[in-house]
Amino acid sequence: MRETRRSVVRAGAALGLLAVLGSTLFGPGRARAAWNTDAFEAKSAEAAMRALGITHAEESKDIVIVAEDITLNGAAVPIDITSNIPGTTRISLFIEKNPFPYAGTFEFAAGAVPFVHLRAKIGRSTPVRVVAAAGGRFYMAAKEVKVTIGGCGG
Amino acid sequence: MAEPMKIRATLRGDVAEVRVLMAHPMETGLRRAGGSVVPPHFIQNFTAQLNGRTVFSADISQAISRDPLFAFKVKGAKADDKIVITWKDNKGETRTDETTVRGGS
Repeated sequence: MRETRRSVVRAGAALGLLAVLGSTLFGPGRARAAWNTDAFEAKSAEAAMRALGITHAEESKDIVIVAEDITLNGAAVPIDITSNIPGTTRISLFIEKNPFPYAGTFEFAAGAVPFVHLRAKIGRSTPVRVVAAAGGRFYMAAKEVKVTIGGCGG
Repeated sequence: MAEPMKIRATLRGDVAEVRVLMAHPMETGLRRAGGSVVPPHFIQNFTAQLNGRTVFSADISQAISRDPLFAFKVKGAKADDKIVITWKDNKGETRTDETTVRGGS
């Protein structure tokens, strides 16, 4: 009787361990942190960076942001971001004057080149700031993008 | 069920240039229509695998435009390598599509 009960407990523990292992090894969040709600809901780029643990980002000319200086359509602004900093593993984008400035983080592994092209919504003229993580340090660059609303200046 | 992604992966030298177009409304939750706020509905993350290894992944906000288009590059890819991309949105809906790398110039 005791023996049976013990083996049931043991089986239960093994199952529990399997479940934990399973979610770690095979879950959708594998090797990734969860979507950072605090950062994404922050109302300023500074607060979002704090939530992401970005500190002491150093200005760098090795981060290249390509976007139109003036755009007519703020709903889909093409942006090319390249980091020429060796060992870049992550690039984060902040559109400073958007209601929620933090737009996303892109991670590079196993041969991916630290480059991304995307299209972003930009509500009004704003600095677009990029932070790159490389070798445990942070680097940043910014580019001003002007948005003309309805083609009437802005 | 969301519409399939359009994925194109073309080899230039040993670098695969991958372009993906995802069909998604990317509602910000700030837009009003007919006097009421349209609830947020947007992709929150996606991952891209090359032959089963994650090479590129992203967490994104509603600031990414409707029907998101992304391009990225993977060094060391070969023709016929498999690219698999999966996205997940804030309502828990997901979509996975794949393509093979095409030989280029």
